[in-house]
Amino acid sequence: MDERKAAYIEYAQAVPLAFAIDPDTCIGCGLCEAMCLAKAINYDDTERRTTLSVGALILSPGSQGFDPSGLELLGYGRFSNVVTSEEFERILSASGPYRGHLMRPLDREGPRRIAWIQCVGSRDVNLCGNGYCSSVCCMYAIKEAMIAKEHSHGELDCTVFNIDMRTFGKDYEKYYQRAKDKSGVRFVKSRIHTIDEVRETGDLSIEYVDEGGELKRETFNMVVLSVGLRIPDSLLDLARRLGVEVNKYKFAATHPFSPVSTSRPGIFVSGVFQGPKDIPTSVTEASAAACAAATVLAEARGRDAKSIEMPVEIDVAEEEPRIGVFVCNCGINIGGVVDVPAVAEYAATLPNVVFTDQNLFTCSQDTQDKIKEVIKEKNLNRVVVASCSPRTHEQMFQETLQACGLNKYLFEMANIRNHNSWVHGNDPETATNKAKDLVRMAVARANLLKPLKEKRIPINRRGLVIGGGIAGMNAALGLADQGFEAVIVEKEAQLGGLARELTTTIEGEDIQAYLYELIEKVNQHKMIQVLTESLIVGFTGFKGNFTTEILVGPRMYERKIQHGVVIVATGANEYKPKEYLYGQDPRVMTQIELGKRLEVKGASDLKRVVMIQCVGSRNEENPNCSRVCCQSAVKNALHIKELNPDAEVYILYRDIRTYGLLEDYFTEARRKGVAFFRYHVDNPPVVESAREGVIVTFKDHLLQRDLQVPADLLALSSGMVPEDTEELASILKLPRNEEGYFIEAHVKLRPVDLANEGIFLCGTAHSPKLISETISQALAAASRATTFLSQPEIVLSAVTANVDQDRCAACLICVRACPYDVPRVNEKGASEIDEALCHGCGICAAECPAKAIQLNWYEDEQVLSKVEALLEGVL
Amino acid sequence: MRIQYPENIKIIGVPCTGKVDVLHLLRAFEKGADGVYVVGCLEGDCRFNSGNLRARKRVEQAQHILESIGVGGERVQMYNLSSGEGPRFAEIAVEMTEKIRKMGPNPIKISKEKNGCMI
Repeated sequence: MDERKAAYIEYAQAVPLAFAIDPDTCIGCGLCEAMCLAKAINYDDTERRTTLSVGALILSPGSQGFDPSGLELLGYGRFSNVVTSEEFERILSASGPYRGHLMRPLDREGPRRIAWIQCVGSRDVNLCGNGYCSSVCCMYAIKEAMIAKEHSHGELDCTVFNIDMRTFGKDYEKYYQRAKDKSGVRFVKSRIHTIDEVRETGDLSIEYVDEGGELKRETFNMVVLSVGLRIPDSLLDLARRLGVEVNKYKFAATHPFSPVSTSRPGIFVSGVFQGPKDIPTSVTEASAAACAAATVLAEARGRDAKSIEMPVEIDVAEEEPRIGVFVCNCGINIGGVVDVPAVAEYAATLPNVVFTDQNLFTCSQDTQDKIKEVIKEKNLNRVVVASCSPRTHEQMFQETLQACGLNKYLFEMANIRNHNSWVHGNDPETATNKAKDLVRMAVARANLLKPLKEKRIPINRRGLVIGGGIAGMNAALGLADQGFEAVIVEKEAQLGGLARELTTTIEGEDIQAYLYELIEKVNQHKMIQVLTESLIVGFTGFKGNFTTEILVGPRMYERKIQHGVVIVATGANEYKPKEYLYGQDPRVMTQIELGKRLEVKGASDLKRVVMIQCVGSRNEENPNCSRVCCQSAVKNALHIKELNPDAEVYILYRDIRTYGLLEDYFTEARRKGVAFFRYHVDNPPVVESAREGVIVTFKDHLLQRDLQVPADLLALSSGMVPEDTEELASILKLPRNEEGYFIEAHVKLRPVDLANEGIFLCGTAHSPKLISETISQALAAASRATTFLSQPEIVLSAVTANVDQDRCAACLICVRACPYDVPRVNEKGASEIDEALCHGCGICAAECPAKAIQLNWYEDEQVLSKVEALLEGVL
Repeated sequence: MRIQYPENIKIIGVPCTGKVDVLHLLRAFEKGADGVYVVGCLEGDCRFNSGNLRARKRVEQAQHILESIGVGGERVQMYNLSSGEGPRFAEIAVEMTEKIRKMGPNPIKISKEKNGCMI
């Protein structure tokens, strides 16, 4: 939206965070090549062909946002105030064209009314041929509306025009409800076809038909088109070259029971190329693809890995500090503002500094070699680098120290770039003074640094899998196929879990046949042990070394299992409805029961079937969407129509959530004559028992009157409820949400990890999901677990809290303050902190009234030395 | 982003604002700092669950002490920011500097030199 300079960084979070040259903008003046001190620019660079020999391939090429230019009636490209959702993201972004200020493009005015138009380039066979649902647009539209409201200086009216709101992900429905009820985002059920511009103002006028069939017109200052995801043609070409099949929408063709395997063995897929999906699911799937690839490569694991030999550490604890200070110019980033030679000279006057130097780029390989020589030559035992951010460079410099036999904690950085030259660029003198202050502070702390020992612990390479359903079995196979032992603990007498009740997937795949094969594989596997009728009663240890106590079998004999990781796959069940005469009238059943009934008795006796959606979901008791029930209803409806085309099927719904490629089945159901009626949550259908059938009364919004349908069978699309894991959660100390699903460590970044290290999560214990999604997540959990298990040992950070046992008064403040329940009062009556469990936040150290706790590397003395050095001479 | 902010802000890093002790804050004033502020993650987004909430309490405690000894409680503040909010970071630096400028130098200080300190 903004003009891009010839030399640019793609976006603030790009990896690597380096400049690139845009060939379309570059005039080839050669100035940058001449100016670049690092000689990083090479104009003569050409495309090179490289051949890599690999054992497996993972395709994660992503997708593109749909380009709405072709949909002329929406006015994109013609009216400046019609933007795509991607452009609106940039408008909201602090690094975007308007620096995060909410403005519309035409006149840079702050809008008062914004409309979002959903399903642009999705769920649209007529205009763009994309029959699928893009899965992500409903959520991002809500998010954009919420953020826009936050960014707006005055009142902002946000309206989202949608066909169905599809907030089917974990906790997404709660977000939707919050947007509606708390933040006042308005949701209107209508598909918008045409946008007109009001010439004089640049506002946009939208005509639409509301749910009651009434024609309305509203004006907005700005319109956002919620564009869908699409696979670019270039990927089609890639797929063709790789011999990978794609489906009619150009997504990679996969099978529901092997969701990350493409048609070609050894080539795996993850992300949107596999099908439209959001970030958490993409991240999960990426791990799943890694698991599938690692299984193929299991034999070769580590074969080409090179290890670095580190010299024996020199003991410098008793020596007087001998500090070396290296001040970096960072090309002109620092040197162009700060008088670097003056800073280096100043550093030489500071206590115990025996060597100073300045470098063009302290991080370059030749400078590293130089630093190594100086450390040896001058017997340096502390190193200070005054350069950039420790976040990006600390580890690298620490490795340089280690290569010389110096403990890596004898290192300190002063950030004279990000905290100084970059942000005080227009005042070189004060910037130079500040650089001196920062160096003085760093040297003060360096003087007090102590060598710290990182604990190394061997890892037990066995995994414990809790739950023997589809998730648990796939996770166990994921471990075992890579050569790690797995123990499955199942509380029932048989493996299989909820899948034992299911018949076929919506694609028509036989679930029982799959389950039979899966159970066989697990039972036959040499590396898998299955414990059925088993109950976990005790759990101790830490990542890499857990011990679990289990009562096994009908006789309840006790077993103790040692293992390095845990995968939680405890699953969920179908909600047993209290609503709509379930359990009172035998003609009322759940979707799972209907699935079995169709399998056994067929549908020839059914003249009319009614289905009610959202039973036990999206209500007060369970505010979330259960994700799978819409597709269950469509699946069973299609099955009925297949068995008995004359049967009438009515589906009463609130929003149909056949996300992704499931949308095709919804389309097919309508084509086959399945009737869909929307009901409102405050006016649900009424069900009565009568001799001639189950009488269902509901309001038809188009006709604006009640309809009464006598049904031979009423199917309730009842939601999912997690397995009762209250006791297990308390034994393993695992966090669960209000509904009883386990809470992952981070929704997007660590979607299958639990906050407790070494414990992973998959399947419906995480949230409701389909079998294909469960399999992906199970492989992902196995992948995360094997990433950990494949290390020879774990190296624990030395930044942990230490208790001075003599000064501890056992007041229990640390026990209460620790967010991870680590401190324990030992038999000597003093608090003790297990360094293997400590996360190193330092909360206990700050809370301890006796100052008996110190956080390594951030001891009070070390922190205060910086405060004192900064304020030296002020008084 | 390289947004300019006043140079009298000096940053002292800690693993979590939960590590910031009331004693650390008071020591800065004892040594002549004119103002100190603590910048933590957004509330509810603490990497260590609750560190920033504890930091806020401690800042309040320090405010109370500084107020009662006549240094001025307003000289110490707590802010919450996400790592993506560079512009807001600079805004806060300006805001804090202006606030402290208005309050004048730390009464403990005899000399006139000015300094800010941020944790």
